[in-house]
Amino acid sequence: MHSYLLTFIIFSPLVGVLLLILLQKSSAQVQRVVGLLTSLVTFALSIPLYFNFQVGTDAMQFTQQVPWISQWGINYFVGIDGISLFLILLTTFITPIILLSAWNAIKEHVSGFIISLLVMETGILGVFSALDLFLFYIFWEAMLVPMYFLIGIWGGKRRIYATMKFVIYTMVGSLLMLVAVLGIYFYGKSVLDHPTMNLLTLYTLDIPRNMQTWLFLAFGLSFAIKIPLFPFHTWLPDAHVEAPTAGSVILAGVLLKMGGYGFLRYCLPLFPDATIKFIPLIAVLAIIGIIYGALVAMVQPDLKKLVAYSSVSHLGFVVLGIFALNPQGLSGGVIQMVNHGLSTGALFLIVGMIYERRHTRMIEDFGGLAKVLPVFAAFFMIVTLSSIGLPGLNGFVGEFLILLGAFQANIWYGVFAATGVILAAVYMLWMFQRVMFGPVKHEENKVLKDLSLREIVVMVPLILFIVGIGVYPKPILDRIEPSIQNVMRKVPVEVSKQNSKDAENFLGVIGEGTDYNAE
Amino acid sequence: MEHTLHLQIWPVLLFPLIGFVINGLFGNKLGNKVAGWFATSMVGLSFIWGVVLFFKYQGAGLHGTAVEQTLFSWIAVGNFNVNVAYQIDPLSLVMLLVVTGVGFLIHVYSNGYMKGDPGTPRYFTYLNLFIFMMLNLILANNFLLMFLGWEGVGLCSYLLIGFWFEDEAKATAGKKAFIVNRVGDFGFLLGMFLLYSAFGTLHFSSIFSEANTLFVDTGVITAITLLLFVGAMGKSAQIPLYVWLPDAMAGPTPVSALIHAATMVTAGVYMVARSNALYSLAPISQNVVAWIGAITAVFAATIALVQNDIKKVLAYSTISQLGYMFIGVGVGAYAAGVFHLMTHAFFKALLFLAAGSVIHIMEHAFHDAGIHDKDPQDIRNMGGLHKYAPFTAWSFYAAWFAIIGIPLFSGFFSKDEILAKSFGFNPWIWALGAFGAILTAFYMSRLTYLTFFGKFKGNKETENHLHESSKVMTVPLVVLGVLSVIGGYIGIPKLLGGSNHFEHFVASVAPEAESIHHLSHGTEWMLLLTSIVLAVGGLLIALAFYHWKKISAEKTAERFGGIYRLLLDKYRVDELYNFMIVQPIVRGSRWLWQYFDAKFIDGFFVNGIASTTKFVGDKVRKVQTGVIPNYALFISVGTLFIMLYFLIW
Amino acid sequence: MTLPVTYPIVLSLILFSIGVLGVLTRRNAIIIFMSVELMLNAVNLAFVAFARQFGSVDGQVIVFFVMTLAAAEVAVGLAIIVALFRNKNTLNVDEIHLLKN
Repeated sequence: MHSYLLTFIIFSPLVGVLLLILLQKSSAQVQRVVGLLTSLVTFALSIPLYFNFQVGTDAMQFTQQVPWISQWGINYFVGIDGISLFLILLTTFITPIILLSAWNAIKEHVSGFIISLLVMETGILGVFSALDLFLFYIFWEAMLVPMYFLIGIWGGKRRIYATMKFVIYTMVGSLLMLVAVLGIYFYGKSVLDHPTMNLLTLYTLDIPRNMQTWLFLAFGLSFAIKIPLFPFHTWLPDAHVEAPTAGSVILAGVLLKMGGYGFLRYCLPLFPDATIKFIPLIAVLAIIGIIYGALVAMVQPDLKKLVAYSSVSHLGFVVLGIFALNPQGLSGGVIQMVNHGLSTGALFLIVGMIYERRHTRMIEDFGGLAKVLPVFAAFFMIVTLSSIGLPGLNGFVGEFLILLGAFQANIWYGVFAATGVILAAVYMLWMFQRVMFGPVKHEENKVLKDLSLREIVVMVPLILFIVGIGVYPKPILDRIEPSIQNVMRKVPVEVSKQNSKDAENFLGVIGEGTDYNAE
Repeated sequence: MEHTLHLQIWPVLLFPLIGFVINGLFGNKLGNKVAGWFATSMVGLSFIWGVVLFFKYQGAGLHGTAVEQTLFSWIAVGNFNVNVAYQIDPLSLVMLLVVTGVGFLIHVYSNGYMKGDPGTPRYFTYLNLFIFMMLNLILANNFLLMFLGWEGVGLCSYLLIGFWFEDEAKATAGKKAFIVNRVGDFGFLLGMFLLYSAFGTLHFSSIFSEANTLFVDTGVITAITLLLFVGAMGKSAQIPLYVWLPDAMAGPTPVSALIHAATMVTAGVYMVARSNALYSLAPISQNVVAWIGAITAVFAATIALVQNDIKKVLAYSTISQLGYMFIGVGVGAYAAGVFHLMTHAFFKALLFLAAGSVIHIMEHAFHDAGIHDKDPQDIRNMGGLHKYAPFTAWSFYAAWFAIIGIPLFSGFFSKDEILAKSFGFNPWIWALGAFGAILTAFYMSRLTYLTFFGKFKGNKETENHLHESSKVMTVPLVVLGVLSVIGGYIGIPKLLGGSNHFEHFVASVAPEAESIHHLSHGTEWMLLLTSIVLAVGGLLIALAFYHWKKISAEKTAERFGGIYRLLLDKYRVDELYNFMIVQPIVRGSRWLWQYFDAKFIDGFFVNGIASTTKFVGDKVRKVQTGVIPNYALFISVGTLFIMLYFLIW
Repeated sequence: MTLPVTYPIVLSLILFSIGVLGVLTRRNAIIIFMSVELMLNAVNLAFVAFARQFGSVDGQVIVFFVMTLAAAEVAVGLAIIVALFRNKNTLNVDEIHLLKN
């Protein structure tokens, strides 16, 4: 279907930016309200996307195509499918929450802060909806600048180092991606009668294998840095630690998903043969990321760094799911991206709440907080449990599907990745205990105030979805499935890798004449 | 399986869930008393509903067929399809009645035990959540929903063990429980993946009915059953994943009774019994389960011989008795294993609740006498409580006789049946079980005697303040005491003239495996008599030590000093795990972080590239001397080269 | 007797080299400027010589361009030198290295 809705959604934050520029001289409170209202309007606009989304089709929906630079086949072409639908909803949902959470935390240059966030929201929404390669690249680069400012101006002590690292590291990848974009363009020009940047048209190209490998690597590096995939993850802990809470939440909640989305939307369908070739490498890196991230998270003395490394671990699961290339793995990967956004976003919000009270993030400065902050403890516990994948909460749905998918692709992937389940419990619960349980070790902690109404309003929507998706993920899974079937169709992995035969071959079984998919 | 009982299953689960939500949100406003009795009544309602379901099921004459009810589709992707759906059949009914029945009694008891504790609403919230999760576990009709309950009860266990979280040690105990359980869950997960790979579904009936007919190699089934058993080892505290249970005694005693005796820890046994179709096809797994059960039974019993904390003795006893249940289901006598599960639920819950009563009595006595440095849980401080706490005492004795297997008490029937069946599978397993039986008789008798008989070992002042616990606590004790006596009568074996209703009831869902050789009547009588001899023998030896003082306990401890200390230190297994697993991982992770991540990846590569760039840049910028004639020179030379280029080429 | 074209060319070359030498070796900014002027005029001479040689007017036209440019350049350049002198009180180019590194 064709619709202007997406364009409105993508650019409505900029309306807020405009208002804020006009209201430069107004009080910070007014600016905050304007920012919040803008983000709520964007969210409200995105709700119809969900309800009017047609289930059961893998075609792009809510599309809009406007010619832009037609000599080079560049159009303004946007649209969503099951995969991008939920990432867009996640973005529009989490932005008002972030603005609300930063109400008192950001005191200088308030308008600049809100403008940065809103511009970034536009950039992210654009990335998730762009169906034109050029447009995608523009939006991809666009979200770097606001993030640079967010960390660099409102960040912590080492913010300059952290933000430079983040920007330059990401840009190295983006640069290679630009080369690859041009590469595809010129290849397309040579085989089609009219050069184009239209993604859907480019899908139909049959790019020669050698070229695919290089293009995959170029695009893939950029996405791998973003996810972040081991060993390209070292920018994340610094970025998270130095960023203000709001920056961390948007970074972990949404920005990192752009990497996974990039793989799904670009690398896999455009370069299917290269994908298959690189599966072992990427799967192994993902598994290393899962285990490595968990182990390193365990010994962190800084709460935020711990959560940062836990993100590396969790997103390793997502990558593994995607590269398992079966329905369970892919669906698991997509839904886990949404889940991670909610859970880790909530975790950073929680860390931010303690930080606001004590201005320290070191675990040893805490201890016994559950007695002083019971409501906080309850929310913290729920989010922790979601993070470790307790069944009944959202994290389990994604994690289980991913592990099931990984196991079916290759038993050893499943086995090793599953150890992440144990490790996650270890580092989260140990952290929780050192922060919340035990006696109250420090005097300053005894007079802390429990959650204010604003903070409760920030957390409750997240908690509702954390529980809701855990209990009834069906609406989401139903909408994702056709799109991932689409991806699977484009990547011709041998079917024999995708079912039970693999398990039996491993155990030396001959199973003839049986139907394993019987219910 | 399209039968219906014309009665919904889900209300059973709904009641405790309501209790959880209401108490969770409003517990503090409702106050201790209201919250407590509200939660209790919710479980009571579940129990009543369970009883009604039971009678309806019996009335429907289904002979073991399951009645299923699907609530909604949970996770469905591709061919993978799991619903939130429950089933009622004999096995689940037995578990349902035990869980809600014993659970109800423990809720009642808790109202008295937790009196005055400011966290009481939170306690009952968690307790209701536990019942809800446990019901999910036993009523689920597929492995994934069972796993939800499986992990859910682990969560509640964590929350309740660490209930008094301000005590660092208690919080740590909770964390240990969760993590060790997770190691087991890892196995369970892999088992599920393999199940799906082989059967294309996680639905019980589909899997079990096809297990026999499919040409699936025993290899796959063995792998699946072993992996699932790893989960059971964690949840049901068998070697090597039992280490969390003794530490779990840090929680309130009713929690120990409910979760760590009667219900949660039996989940593993239930799971094996439920999957009997698979286990009966995999002799290797059967042996693994039975042997681990047997070794655990003896191992834990030896530790219980010398422990001085009343709850620790009971904890190791539980591990040991769970071992017996696994012997039962391992050799293929599923009904026997579940039978012992039920009787054990009665007498072990009773033992714990009574211990809780004893501890309360001791605490109050010490408090009133102004003594603050003595441990109310140490049996060396007790003695002679028989006169001061008669209800507690007599209930305790009922459980005591039941657990050591005195004839006509419930435990006698269930334990003897397991031993008999195990003999039919492998006499060596029987031998271990028999040895464990005499150890059990000894340590339980020692415990009972030192707690209730002889002279009170505290001072006179304390003794004056000893008095029985409130009715809220003693009434459940009496009820459980009665059950400990008569609970076995539904399982009287044919040998003794009974018709073993229990066996028939459960066997309709979990038929005995063919791995057990049929025993002649003569052998059965021999085994029966041996059991009695062992039980009474152990009791008499204990009396010889402590009552008649024929053998001195202290001197024996000295003579066998090395062994004694080894047992007291529980074979130093925790220390071993710490040394071999925990420390290396922590140290390894620290190395990974500080060297590999910070210095190598980040320092060498990332920052390294940045420094190299800066270095090169520094060198190159020296060209910009700022001296104008230099620039002029460069221009000239450059022009010269260009001219030459054009001239020559 | 027409002048062989070689003579003005050689003269032009000599003048140009003197100019280059001046730019490269002299220290006073104004002298360097004068040397640049010298180079420009040497080039002018060469253009006129060739224009006369080939009988076309193009060379002479270019000379006009060059002279205009030279004038403009002198104007701007001297303005810079004056500003530089005001700030640094020296015209010694060896001492003026604000753009160093």
